[in-house]
Amino acid sequence: MSLSFTAEELRFRDEVRAFIAARLSPELRRASSLNVSFFSDPDIVAPWQRALHERGWVAPGWPREHGGPGWTATQRWIFESECAAAGAPQLSPMGIKMVGPVLMRFGTSEQKKFYLPRILSGEDRWCQGYSEPGSGSDLASLKTRAVRRGDHYVVNGTKIWTTHAHFANRMFALVRTSDEPRQQDGISFLLIDMASPGITIRPIMMISGDHDVNQVFFDEVEVPHANLVGEEGRGWTCGKYLLEFERGGGINSPKLRYALEKVRGLANSGLSYKAIMLQEIATKLSEIELDVQTLEFLELQVLSALQRGENPGPVSSVLKLRASEIHQAISRVGVEMIGQNTLVEETRRPLHALKDRPLIPEEVLSVVPRHLNGRANTIFGGSSEIQRDIIAKQVLGL
Amino acid sequence: MDLTPSEAQQMLRHSAQRFIAEHCEPAARRDAMQDPTGFKRENWRKFADLGWLGLPFSEEIGGFGGGPVEIAILMEEFGRGLATEPYLSTVLLAGALVAECGTEEQKKDVVAAIIGGDRLLSFAHYETDARSGLCAVRTVVEGDDFSLTLHGRKIAVLDATSADIHLVSARLPDAQGGGLALFLVPKDAAGVRLRDAPRLGGGRVAELTFEQVRLPPHARLGTSACVLPAIEAVVDRAIAALGAEAAGLMRAMFDATLDYTKVRKQFGRPLAANQVIRHRLADMYVACEEARAMAARAALLVGADTDSTQRSLAASGAKVKIGRCARNVAEQAVQLHGAMGVTDELDLGLYFKRLLVFEALFGSVDHHLQRHAELFGNSRAE
Repeated sequence: MSLSFTAEELRFRDEVRAFIAARLSPELRRASSLNVSFFSDPDIVAPWQRALHERGWVAPGWPREHGGPGWTATQRWIFESECAAAGAPQLSPMGIKMVGPVLMRFGTSEQKKFYLPRILSGEDRWCQGYSEPGSGSDLASLKTRAVRRGDHYVVNGTKIWTTHAHFANRMFALVRTSDEPRQQDGISFLLIDMASPGITIRPIMMISGDHDVNQVFFDEVEVPHANLVGEEGRGWTCGKYLLEFERGGGINSPKLRYALEKVRGLANSGLSYKAIMLQEIATKLSEIELDVQTLEFLELQVLSALQRGENPGPVSSVLKLRASEIHQAISRVGVEMIGQNTLVEETRRPLHALKDRPLIPEEVLSVVPRHLNGRANTIFGGSSEIQRDIIAKQVLGL
Repeated sequence: MDLTPSEAQQMLRHSAQRFIAEHCEPAARRDAMQDPTGFKRENWRKFADLGWLGLPFSEEIGGFGGGPVEIAILMEEFGRGLATEPYLSTVLLAGALVAECGTEEQKKDVVAAIIGGDRLLSFAHYETDARSGLCAVRTVVEGDDFSLTLHGRKIAVLDATSADIHLVSARLPDAQGGGLALFLVPKDAAGVRLRDAPRLGGGRVAELTFEQVRLPPHARLGTSACVLPAIEAVVDRAIAALGAEAAGLMRAMFDATLDYTKVRKQFGRPLAANQVIRHRLADMYVACEEARAMAARAALLVGADTDSTQRSLAASGAKVKIGRCARNVAEQAVQLHGAMGVTDELDLGLYFKRLLVFEALFGSVDHHLQRHAELFGNSRAE
């Protein structure tokens, strides 16, 4: 057992660092650090994705045959850690980490050949059509219906909480193609062109003032049958596979460490009246540091298992549960530190491009919206209650 | 980076599990706790035969060259099995200090006797309470090159009643720098008084009084002007080891609780059919996994190759994180067992008490949180 990197791994780390130093501009870094949403706006992401694409580093987890770098688990860890530590923009996971792996596993060769390169280049921007107004945690009760008509499916219904639907040109969606006794049966996985006639997008504003999510309506939307992924009626399998990636496939602790470092920096600065001098803040930061270290170690154990060729199993629910709670603890301590500056509400976006000088510095302004948005962490991607259900059922055998 | 245990480490775990299964079943455990020494000497012999008593010592002094990772493996299994052998006091505390600070001759004599299972040692250090840190020593030693006199009182001495030698910390005279030194004090030396009591959850604990105890000069361990850094290092490693033991204790409590909630029926169905119970079990499971991860992490970071700040951060961090998880799991385990959980008819209470001991030993969670925050801040400021 060893936590240290080999000489080869250290060389790789230097290579990643050199790349970041050369390609991540201070402006981009600043814009990214003032981003308060889970997903960065496309104008922050696009230049960074282009730089990564030139180097073949857009999708750390993809195998070489699909245009990934074919890295080992440790290399992936190093890459993610270095990007997070440098405050690099986070690429949208919806193509790279969600629909991409599903296509590799269940897609036809035509689908792979067409879609995968466009995910890497950033030409396609994906959104996820899962939740519906009546189907949140009980996702399998979804009602958006796709009826086969000739070469097409005709889709009617609505999806909600669709992050970046207003930027996306494609959606992967779970739709009902038949009614079966078991509601998980009869669901299919469809790829939908967002420019199709009959699609309407209604923005939903968040309590932070951010516009990240939307409701999407489908009115007689035609989707070619060729856009079905996997078998008709077996979409739940694809959907579950994807959710596993959404929850545990990621490496979360480096991002949490970056967020914690940012809060620690704030605690050390005059912007929080040097809150680090307060014992309760210093000990709180230590407790969160320990939580991050613990999660980091759990993630490294998963990586080691992957490296041995083992399936890490349902531990992804444990990681999602803890990562989301730690994320919230970090943003909450940020709010505690800025004191009465919490009172200032700023709903204009993006914060890095405000025209006039705000009442308080942008770093402080970003604290409250980040905290407000952070409340969603324990709700999306399977709420904490669902994660506990999964742990009880799949891990504890209850 | 690879967290896969080596083959030797896996074998060590298997042999510990086998030992626990064969010699630590509940009846044998209760029986051992009734022994005036708190454990069975024949088990200690087996520890020696299995090589565990020499595990952390270097090969030059007859040990097997294991490190904190191997110790954590053993301790976790000891925790699961609620073993009461004085491994912590003899091997991890006193033995480690002799190996760290002793002269060549002392190492040869004392460590060899430990490895062979022939001699037991206690570590007599604390005087007031654990909150005051490791430097609050008022026991004094006086004397010259020919004879020493030890005077003072020690509390919370683990397993002193079975020890052949007490390793006692005392302050040197101002003329000699006023630093801390350690002394090997035979149990039957004149002026040594022992008051012994059962220890919560198994084992023994004692108060030791030293009244003008005369010692030969070679009773002093090594010659260093101050052994405090060595004590800090050894205690940090002991905390990491105890963290692993706590992870084992927690896992056993959790497993028992999971089993119980599956079979105990109320309102016509098992307790575990209720979501409120299922979610609590999920949280307990997460806490167990976190504690285990933190113990493994600490084991990797308290070794001799880590600088003292990083080592102390790892130990204090483990104490805090595992301490929090332990309290949660222990209290919920009792709660979910209902009234049975507070009876002595189950072993659950023994585990509960052992986790209280974990919290209390070598400084509370709050003490270590404070220490972590200070060290962390300082390590960043540098």
